[in-house]
Amino acid sequence: MIEKDLNQIFQDRIDADDRIEARDWMPEKYRQTLIRQISQHAHSEVVGMLPEANWISRAPSLRRKVALLAKVQDEAGHGLYLYSAAETLGAKRSDLLQQLIDGTAKYSSIFNYPTLTWADIGAIGWLVDGAAIMNQVMLCRTSYGPYARAMVRICKEESFHQRQGYEIMIALSQGSEEQKAMAQDALNRWWWPSLMMFGPNDAESKHTAQSMAWRIKRKTNDELRQAFVDSSISQIEYLGLTAPDKDLKWNEERGHYDFGAIDWDEFWQVVKGHGPCNKERIAARRKAQEEGKWVQEAAMAYAAKRKQRAQDQQTRVA
Amino acid sequence: MDNTWPLWEVFIRSKNGLSHKHVGSLHAADEDMAIENARDVYTRRQEGVSIWVVESKHISASNPSKSEELYDPAKNKIYRHPTFYDIPDEVGHM
Repeated sequence: MIEKDLNQIFQDRIDADDRIEARDWMPEKYRQTLIRQISQHAHSEVVGMLPEANWISRAPSLRRKVALLAKVQDEAGHGLYLYSAAETLGAKRSDLLQQLIDGTAKYSSIFNYPTLTWADIGAIGWLVDGAAIMNQVMLCRTSYGPYARAMVRICKEESFHQRQGYEIMIALSQGSEEQKAMAQDALNRWWWPSLMMFGPNDAESKHTAQSMAWRIKRKTNDELRQAFVDSSISQIEYLGLTAPDKDLKWNEERGHYDFGAIDWDEFWQVVKGHGPCNKERIAARRKAQEEGKWVQEAAMAYAAKRKQRAQDQQTRVA
Repeated sequence: MDNTWPLWEVFIRSKNGLSHKHVGSLHAADEDMAIENARDVYTRRQEGVSIWVVESKHISASNPSKSEELYDPAKNKIYRHPTFYDIPDEVGHM
């Protein structure tokens, strides 16, 4: 069959809402787009452990500590589900990890901001995981089967992350003046970066149109961002806090909240590596990889020795 | 020497009485480590009572481009389904 026919058959399947599975024919660009997107997503889960792990040893109670520990462990698990989905497309795990530490692969920019106070752990769970959930719920219906199935697992687990974050925010905002100020400060610092998580405006986004046509994405960056703002406002009000946006107001006509302009210069600065923590994050990943290398080698040597021993024993019995 | 741990496919029985179901894959040096890793990665919330792991290279799969010749022959054999046969209502449920 000629390539043009294959492309048409593929697009017809997408349009009929069929799911694409690992061994099916797919356009090379579809494969590459997915490997890029899924591995970036996996890297985000893995790097996302770093800002939160910063507070595990200093969590204010055992209850908060076990919750944070479980959340960080989940993020590791999410990274693993996603790497395994990327591998179904023919990507090699070791290549993907290498691309993360040599900077050729991106991860979500939000994790290049520091966690300065305990309230940041609340704000991350509530806002950052909340924004991620908006995106991930949509991806449960993405056209590539293994990616969609990984997302279903992830979404089931994410809900606890957001609730534990919001619970931290409730405790702080109902606490002393100092604690309330800490909660407001965390909201001030995480609000705009959370809105940036959805990516550039639709008009500026170079991948959106093709990804929508292939049903990798089913909603645009701006649609998801608007849904996130709309769902967050009553949660902010319940806490008695204020979003750091003077242009934020309900628009009766649109049935949505209007919000102020996003500082895209800041976004691109952080994407390009000039955020507050980019270097620190990559250095931590590189250290983990280099210092963990001997474990990988030792485990392989041990597995080979055990196999050999079992074979020798069998030969002797025979 | 390539020290990349081989890839394993993981199958989980969610409760007794149900079949094992494919849940994803992971890397591990040997089968014992694969089961331990599968426990940590795929059953953090009691999703299973039994785990199977099999090295991915041992799985053979049918070719999706041959699905017509593999599955279409069953399409016109409607006489394999109970509704193909006419039984009068008076006979009752059968």
